[in-house]
Formats: sequence, C-alpha cells, structure tokens
Amino acid sequence: MNEKQTTNNDMKYVGKKTVRVDGLALVSGQPVFADDLQLRDMLHIKILHSPHAHAHIKSIDTSLAAQVPGVQLILTHEDFETHYYTTAGQGYPEPSSRDTRIFDSTVRYVGDRVAAVAAETLAAAEEAIEKIKVEYEILEALLDPRESLTSNIMVHEQSGLTMVHDHKRNLIAELKAELGDVEAAMEKADHVFEQEYSVPFAQQSHIEPHIAVTWMDEHNRLIIRTATQVPFHVRRIVAEVLDFPISRIRVIKPRIGGGFGSKQEILNEEVCAAVTLKTGQPARIEYTREEELFAARSRHPQILKVRMGVKNDGFIEAIDLNILENGGAYGTHSLTVMSVTANKALSFYAAPNKKLLGQAVYTNMSVPGAYRGYGAPQGFFAMEVMLDEIATELKIDPTELRHKNYIKEGDDVPIAKILGEGGEGYPMKIYTSGMADCIDEGKKLINWDELYNEEKSGRVRRGVGMIGCGQGSGIPGIDMAAAFIKMNEDASFNLLAGATDIGTGSDTMLAQIAAEVLEVPVEKIIVYSSDTDMTPFDTGAYASSTTYISGGAVKKAAEKVKQQILDMGKKLLEVDEASIKNGCVIAADGNSVTYQEICTKAFYTHEQHQIMANASHMSYDSPPPFNTTFAEIEVDTETGIVRVKKIVSVSDAGQVINPQMAEGQVEGAIPQSLGYALSEYMIFDDKGAPINTNFFDYHIHTAIDMPEIVTKFVHTDEPTGPFGAKAIAEIPINGPAPAIANAIYNACGVRLRELPITPEKILKGLGKI
Amino acid sequence: MKVTFTLNGKETKAEFAPGETLFHYLRSQEIYSVKNGCELGECGACTALVDNKAQNSCLIMMHTVEGKKIETVENLGSKNNLHHLQQKFLDEGAVQCGYCTPGMILASEALLRENKQPSTEDIRDALAGNLCRCTGYVKPIKAVSHE
Repeated sequence: MNEKQTTNNDMKYVGKKTVRVDGLALVSGQPVFADDLQLRDMLHIKILHSPHAHAHIKSIDTSLAAQVPGVQLILTHEDFETHYYTTAGQGYPEPSSRDTRIFDSTVRYVGDRVAAVAAETLAAAEEAIEKIKVEYEILEALLDPRESLTSNIMVHEQSGLTMVHDHKRNLIAELKAELGDVEAAMEKADHVFEQEYSVPFAQQSHIEPHIAVTWMDEHNRLIIRTATQVPFHVRRIVAEVLDFPISRIRVIKPRIGGGFGSKQEILNEEVCAAVTLKTGQPARIEYTREEELFAARSRHPQILKVRMGVKNDGFIEAIDLNILENGGAYGTHSLTVMSVTANKALSFYAAPNKKLLGQAVYTNMSVPGAYRGYGAPQGFFAMEVMLDEIATELKIDPTELRHKNYIKEGDDVPIAKILGEGGEGYPMKIYTSGMADCIDEGKKLINWDELYNEEKSGRVRRGVGMIGCGQGSGIPGIDMAAAFIKMNEDASFNLLAGATDIGTGSDTMLAQIAAEVLEVPVEKIIVYSSDTDMTPFDTGAYASSTTYISGGAVKKAAEKVKQQILDMGKKLLEVDEASIKNGCVIAADGNSVTYQEICTKAFYTHEQHQIMANASHMSYDSPPPFNTTFAEIEVDTETGIVRVKKIVSVSDAGQVINPQMAEGQVEGAIPQSLGYALSEYMIFDDKGAPINTNFFDYHIHTAIDMPEIVTKFVHTDEPTGPFGAKAIAEIPINGPAPAIANAIYNACGVRLRELPITPEKILKGLGKI
Repeated sequence: MKVTFTLNGKETKAEFAPGETLFHYLRSQEIYSVKNGCELGECGACTALVDNKAQNSCLIMMHTVEGKKIETVENLGSKNNLHHLQQKFLDEGAVQCGYCTPGMILASEALLRENKQPSTEDIRDALAGNLCRCTGYVKPIKAVSHE
C-alpha cells in the first residue's frame, strides 16, 4: 500500500468547480483537433476492407488502381515481412494475443484490412480502392462463439502467434480461478440459482472518428499527430511494426474528440506512418462513420452462466461464473476484458466461495476491443439481474439484498490477488466504501419504497429497478504516470504531464491538484500533456487511471517543487524555519519573500538554478469506486416499448477533484448504457457482415431520447489516492442496463436476461406474441 | 463553378468543383470549427447557420448557397470576446471533449434567435440533431436554459 496521505478539509482548488483549461479553445472553434491542419503535398489514405468474413487472398492486382491520376502508393501484404503484433495499445509486454499483421494474406472478418491506397486527393484514393482486383478463396466462416471451441474452422491457422491459448481450438484465452470450495458451499446453500445471460457487440461511437496525420519534420523524424489515448504505446508499437527507431518518432496528442477505449487501439497509425516513411510525404487517414461501425472496435459480446448458492436470509455463500467471450477475429483485449469481467463481478460481493471459468474465443466477426467499463458492464449485467432474481424469489427487497452482501470497508478482496490484469494480481483491501450511503441515497432519490411496491396494472406499467457495482482506479502494479513541473518568475508553473486528456478533463483536474499543492490559483498552472518529445511517460488514458495514477504523479512533483520554493525562500530570508502562505515564504519573525521574488532570484542572482521537479507514480492498490444506479421506467404492454423516465446514479469516487466534471462523466456514461440496454447493438447478416453501419441504424441517444438524470456523490476519503480521490470515468456505465432490466421485471413481470431489450422480447415475455 | 454569399459577415466569392459541399469548402478555408462526424447528416458536428437556421453543412451543396448568409462559431465570438452562449457552455461544464460543441452552440443560437424564452422541450428539440457522446446533453441543455 502507498503511504497514507492526509486530506486537508480546507482545500481551495480540489473539490471545487473550475472552468476547463482547454475550454476557451474548444468553445471558440480553434484548430486543436488532429485533423485541423493542412500540410503541403499531403497524401490521403483509404483502406480496402475485406467483403468476406473469412478468405485467403489468392492474388491482388493493383495495376489499374495505380493508374488513377494522383495515386502515389498502394500497400498490401506483399509489401511487408510477416510480423505479428497486437493492436491493443497496452503496456509492454502486452497481455493480448500477438496475432495481427499490418496486412495479411488471410482476411478474417468483414472489414479486415486488405490494402491501402495513398493519393493526392481523397477522391483519387477512393477511386483507386475500387480498382484493386482481389481474387479471394472464400473459406467457411465461424460466426457463432458457442461453436468456436469444437469447430473445424480455424480462424488463425498460421503458426508463429504468441499469447494465444490454443489457436487450433480458436481459444484466445482461458482463465480459471477458485476461492474456497464452491461445490461444497452450493451443497450446503438453502437455494441455488442458475441462469444464463448474454450481451451483444456495442460500439463506442465517439463523434470524432479515428484520425491520424503523419509527416517527416525538418530533422527527418517521423511526426504522428493522432487521436489516441495512448501516445507512448503508439510510439513503441509503430516503431516495432515498421522497424523504425523510437528515437526518430514523435507522437503528438492534440485535443481528442472522445475515445471511450476505442482510441486505445493502434488502428491506423502504423499504416499512415508507413505511407509517410515510404513516400517522404505527409499523410492522413480518417475513418468514415461506416468504417467506425464495422472496421474499428466494439464491446466484447459475452455469454455468462452464473450460479449462486444463497442462504435463506439472502447471504450469498458461493458464486460460480462461467464466461464465454466472443473475441472476434483478433485477440486484442480479449484476455484482459474477460479478466476485468471476472475480477469486478466477483469482487463486489463478499461471498467466501468463488469460482471462474472464462474462455475467450475467435470468430470471423468484428473485432471487439476496449470500451469504457472494459468487461465490467458485461459482468454486472449478469450479476445484478441475478441478484434481482434472488431478491424476488426470497422476497427480500433488492436494496436490502445488496446491503447484506456487498464487500465492506476493511474487508480483504482475495479474488483480486488471484485475478489480476490477465494474470496473477495483487492483494487488495477495501479502505473506503460509501456503498451503504449510495444505496440509501439512491433509494430516496428514486422514491424506491413507494414505486417498487406499488400495484402494477393498466396498459402502461411503471417499474423501478436498481443495481450496485464497483470498478477500479487504474491497473495495480502496471499503470505508471510521470509529470514534470517547472516554475516561472511570475509564479506560474508549466505542468508537463504524460496523462492523456481525451475530453475527460484530465488536464484541468491535474492543474487543480498542482494548484492545491503549490497554493496558487489554477490559472497559474499551464498544462501541456501527452507529447512523446515534450512530456514524461504515462501508460495512457484507460482503466480509470488518470485521476488516481497520473494525479498521484502530479501531486508528488508539485510537492517536490513546493519544497524547493520553501528551501530557496529560507535561504533568501536567512532563516531555518519558514512556512508557505498566500504565495509567499514567511519566516517566524514575519519577514517574507514572494514566489515571484524567489523564482526571479533563482533565475538571475542567487544560487542560480531552475526550480523544477519530476515525479513518477504507480500503485499496487486500485481502490474501487462504488456506485448504485436506479431506473424508473414505463412499459407499454401492448407495444412492448420501454420508456426510461429517470436514472439516479449515486457514486463513491472518494474525494471528487472537480464536481462539475465528475457529474459530467456520470451524465455521459448513462446514455451509453441506456443505448446498450435498448438501442445500440451491432447486427450481422448470415455471412457475418455488419448491417447497421450508420447512426440512423445504430442509434445512440439524442437530446430528445434522454430521461431525467440525477447524479450524486457520497464522500469518502481514500487514503491511497491523491487528496483522497478514487476513479469515476468508467463506473457509471455499469448500472443503467441491468437496472432497466430489473425495472422491467418490477413493472410487468418479464425477466430479461439478454441485451438488447427489444419490444419483441417484452411482448414474448408477456405471452402476446 | 462560382457562387457569392456572406460568410461570417464578409461577402465571399467561392470557386468550387461540382458536388462540393459547404462542409468541405469551409474546412478548406481553415474554418475548422465545423467537424466531421459522419458526413451523412446524422451527427450535427458540421453544423453551420444558413440564413439563421442550423444546418448540416455536409449536406449542403455549394451551388445552393448563392446569396445566403453562412455563419460558423467563429462569427459568434472570439477568444478575447466570447459570445454569451460560448461563456454559458463553459460555465455550466457543457463542454467535455468539445468536438460537438461548436455545432451545439450554433444549434442553440439558431433556437434563441427564433425563440428568446425556450422551454426545456424546445431546447431538446433544437439539439436533437447534434449527437454528443460525452455529456448526456444534461449540461448543454442547462447552458441554453439559463438564457
């Protein structure tokens, strides 16, 4: 555990609303996003995607395409040596399967990359793509994950893959774990519940598509300006794939138009960089919305079998979880998403006996990857619907059932040691939990007692449902962040942080942390983040890590700078003891020296030096934030249409650094899960081709679709987090979908164990069709 | 082909290829506040005001803008002098990634030019064509409601 940190209740900047440090540029439409620049001689890249779910490429004829005026370069598998890597964009060594080539001679899903064309205009690139003649030997496609392990179709026949459990059985990854003795506990339990749940492919749907721009700079170094969550991983992986030195690559992360996990993937940067390296010209690649919806990444579908042994009084004695995860055509993130499903679902309740069998399998379908929540939404859908079934059967109020079973403050979490990030984890203890307050506040805000118990009748029936859940704060023992702070003579500070603000507001939150330590207004902190030449390392914006891990690095760096200011102040005052107040170092006799004087003298006249410090931070703890989500819905029993009236989301995120931005995280996560419940799911035809590849057919929530949203935070003071903070970015996405499923049961008695929830399923449940 | 129109208050003569959209034209003029989210008229990230109405600039062919008044968020306010809606979006925390923000501000401005006292329902309707994946629309609606 990290050293215990005390929280100052008189904080000036932490816990307060602060206008975003990048806000002015964003509202005034400044050119701050990756695509907001024009470079001379820029080439535009288009990708030829496979129309087949599974095929060998027998030949590629690019001669006609090359004749299209303006075409400069065509790339296919023939241009690259065989080298397997993973697009997952994780730390090194990656836990994900190394099963992907930049271009391959076999295509494994509709959308797989066949070729790339770089041309002087986008129109020429588009025309040339149409003129590439590919002769395919079409292979039988594997489209049902339930058949993967026994199918005679092999999605990856080739040898040379690593981090794949057993490619001959299409088994990407397998996880087994047991705590206590599950079978003995099931024997002794008063009740054993067993059900199967399933969740579909869903898409991150950030509004800014994947976009990368590359060029060679004046010094013949490769510059990659890209919409990424992981600039340092982009640098490392592009270097590896193209066999180009890290020292000659600079990755710049400008403002990012949302990521939600999708931009953790190294999706196109390596192709764009290859074009620039081969032509010497700037290049640009931007996905269309259609490409986003069939050739980017999505949420892993899972089939979850859950068995729980429960006592008459509602205490859960044993949980047996069996996960079959559809990893699609490539194994990126499959192991780690599945391990998060298991880790989060199995650690939230304190049951002493737990067992897991998780299998992630290949299919010839779209490739899932990282998506906000990263496995936890799948797991909590299954767990929390089952808890509702238990509550119903045992006639215990669902809120009471959670009170009895959630893991308590002071408890050890032994499953966390067994199930880490794709391997063994670290011992974990719950130092802080506001779960009891989350449940009680949520109950009040949704008017639970009245609505849950009211009589249900009539055509349109109202119901309420609830869930509880936990997440993590960074990946323990893996995530690392660094920050550098230097002082200027007007008492402003440059904060150079590796942390990647992808629209989450982390630049602002880090500025607040630095301001709080240094005792200067937030405006005095000038933030520059995520540029591999200019800022220190950070693993990136994923796993709810930025506040906890990157915030920890900034706090440490700021504390070191503060100490230097104090030391210099004491020298200037010629005293041994002094303190800092209001931007001054003050001696006991009342003499003082301002920050400005200290820095100016350090620059020019006294013991000349730069006041500056850097710090790195990592953690073996990953304290879970907690959340309850309550849904009030109406079901029309004639049409099967569900209308969500209200969502209440109550979170324990420790000490919230910026309440307005934290609320924003919750408010933004909720519609993503409402979509997961009701309208967002990728549909495939019988040949494995995605059908709904635009926003008309893949419906994300609009302003008129939104229910009333109530967000609330309960305070805890996490001893391992910066100023008591835990994470908030992912946890609120876990709740709405299962809460809606539970509310539907409360309203009309239809139990739904499969997402998406459609009117058809409700009418079937009501026996009307 | 040629067309004359008013762009952010300035009379503008544009030459363009047949089939060019207002969206591409604006970005070619380094007006980067109009964003690409789909180029299918689904997301509203490319919103511009055309004669005071919020429109998807990706669906507007250049030959149709003859004589029209085109505005982007650059015309509302500048870094030194923000428009009150831009300020409201900042104050209310209605900006997260900021990619859809110029479009949302323009859609809100179009509403307020027509209706000084919009109800929450009016605001929801006005923003219905502007997809946002970060905010859940809660704070953008609040930013416009406080007018």
